[in-house]
Amino acid sequence: MDLRYSPEEKSFRAEARAWMEANVPRDPLPSFDASREGFEAHRAWERTLNEGRWGMVTWPERYGGRGLDLIRWLIFEEEYWRAGAPLRVNQNGVFLFGPTLMEYGSDEQKARFLPRMAAGDDIWAQAWSEPQAGSDLAAVRATARRDGDGYILSGHKIWSSRAVFADWAFGLFRTDPASERHKGLSLIVFPLDAPGVRVQAIPQIDGETGFAEIFLDGVRVPADLRIGGEGDGWSICMATAGFERGLMLRSPARFQMAAKRLVELFRAHEASCPPETKAAVLQAVMDTDAYALSIYWTASRMRAGGGIGAEASVNKIFWSEMDIALHRAALSILGARAELLREAPAAGDVGRWLDGYFFSLAGPIYAGSNEIQKNIIAERMLGLPRG
Amino acid sequence: MDFRFTDEQTMTAEAVRALLADRCQPQDLRRLMQAGESRDDSRWAAIVEMGLLGALAPESVGGLGLSEPDFVQIAEACGYAALPEPLVEAAGVATPLLASLAERPEAAALLEKVLAGEAVVVAAHPINPVIADADLAAGVLSARGGELHLFTAESLSFVRQPSVDPFRRLFTMEETTGESVKLAEGAVAARALLDALDRGALFAAAQLLGVAQRAVAMAADYARERKQFGKPIGSYQAIKHLLAAAQVKIEFTRPVVYAAAAECANGDAFSRARISHAKLAAADAADAACRAAVQAHGAMGYSWEVDVHLFLKRALALSGWWGDAAFHRARAATRVFGRPLGPETTFAADAKNG
Repeated sequence: MDLRYSPEEKSFRAEARAWMEANVPRDPLPSFDASREGFEAHRAWERTLNEGRWGMVTWPERYGGRGLDLIRWLIFEEEYWRAGAPLRVNQNGVFLFGPTLMEYGSDEQKARFLPRMAAGDDIWAQAWSEPQAGSDLAAVRATARRDGDGYILSGHKIWSSRAVFADWAFGLFRTDPASERHKGLSLIVFPLDAPGVRVQAIPQIDGETGFAEIFLDGVRVPADLRIGGEGDGWSICMATAGFERGLMLRSPARFQMAAKRLVELFRAHEASCPPETKAAVLQAVMDTDAYALSIYWTASRMRAGGGIGAEASVNKIFWSEMDIALHRAALSILGARAELLREAPAAGDVGRWLDGYFFSLAGPIYAGSNEIQKNIIAERMLGLPRG
Repeated sequence: MDFRFTDEQTMTAEAVRALLADRCQPQDLRRLMQAGESRDDSRWAAIVEMGLLGALAPESVGGLGLSEPDFVQIAEACGYAALPEPLVEAAGVATPLLASLAERPEAAALLEKVLAGEAVVVAAHPINPVIADADLAAGVLSARGGELHLFTAESLSFVRQPSVDPFRRLFTMEETTGESVKLAEGAVAARALLDALDRGALFAAAQLLGVAQRAVAMAADYARERKQFGKPIGSYQAIKHLLAAAQVKIEFTRPVVYAAAAECANGDAFSRARISHAKLAAADAADAACRAAVQAHGAMGYSWEVDVHLFLKRALALSGWWGDAAFHRARAATRVFGRPLGPETTFAADAKNG
């Protein structure tokens, strides 16, 4: 057990820091969920990242990565967030579908999609949920009907983040019409501008259009857009969900930066804060550290050949609850000004805490609701019987 | 950077776990209680036989020369078993404290006996209002004024202070002869006491982690068996979510405790804050886990017959032992509000530790 960075890890950090300082935009980019302009500004940032070969440092070099281990990825993420770099518009691609493709895709599929994903040429959205298949994802009804050398996709997908402006989606479809539940599902990708695809934005709690529903009406795609075997969709998607919840979706650095800003906010208002607010701030910082330690613990084990199982569900519950508590602490420091929007003349330093708070409320819902995650923990870690 | 135990560390802990699984089950604790005892001499002899009392003493004085990460999983295993005998306090705290002062011949002589398994030394630290296992001790290390003294058992009289935990033997002491040997004073004494406090809090945290995991395990066992409305109660989400929430706390305590062990030797503001964080998190996890276990057992959970209360009481006792929540929050706060924060500071240390 050695909790010190090696000289190579330190020089990697220095390299990342120098590049970030030279390249991160000075001013924040406009939201990628509010306009095409903001979306394209973020795509341009993805291209810049890729030119520096920072798009996904753990990927093999031939796909645009650096072939580095997960500890380096954590160091990269720390420097990324430390520098205040933009949110990753291609998060669903690089952190979610990319690792899935690496594991289950054919060589042709990897060569076709991964470099373009790393370069920001293709921005990806996820098309799993349906109006009647949310927490009960196995109730998926959307169909992929075999038709010669291709499939005809039909159905209604929903809650697809980034889908309004994204280029491609990876979806869960029923390839065996006679199948039920987890069986007979396949993972198939499709271009969001294909004939028969209609994307309808859904305004979010904050008024922006971060997610969308996707209507598929006889969309024809070639069979080589199926990832993995026919009928293997469920197990592939569950592996994907493990990556998402467990490791890559929310890197610790994101929360540690928020905690740092929380302490700065607290300092500015310390005189007017009751002791319980200080205790909440302290707890938030300790929790972000605990999360970071847990991810280093997991990453060290995975680097040595271990996998990630039900602890992915544990992580997802922890970071989502921590994020809410952290933002609630910030709002309590702001007191009665917390309701003011940034443009209000009396807003002072309300900053983006309210936006962050609303976004934190989505955390216990997306990537599998926390209620479902608790079932997974109880059944797979504690051995309790299925209901 | 490699945040994993070595195979050797895991194997050593596994040996202790196996011994405790064999000799320290709730029925063993029950047998002691029925006999009006709070310690099993033959089990203690078996533990001493393993040679672990000198685990954290340097090899130069005859110890095993191990460090905190080598011992932290052992302390966790002791918590999981609710071990009555003082392996953690003796090997984890008092013996290394004595070893750090072994330049004095009186300390060296006692240390030799301790390492030979012939004597036990205990620490009477100012952070704790009482002394654990003083009745077993040949020597007591105690602060007097700003000095650190070694008392022989003969020079003291002890008053038993009953604990809610039937297996904790607590005492206050009075000097009868006034004879003691001054082992250290000034900065040396202060540093030795601080290091002892760090180890005490760290290993109390590790034990609390073990207690928490045991409580959840007991509750899960019960929830698999107990049926209501025709089904095991563990199939209902109300029970699943109760226990899963406790397990989440445990999982996010574990790496904090292990990191605190790895950094303990740094002895700086960061490592001390980490230990305090570990103690706070572990006490919180143990509290949540034990209360969830009582609840999952229903009325049985409130009964003397079910073993849950043994762990609930150990959790309660250890939560305030080696610093209560207020003490450790204050120490954690010195790091949070007094040192740089941000994602690059997860493993920060004061400059002298690089």
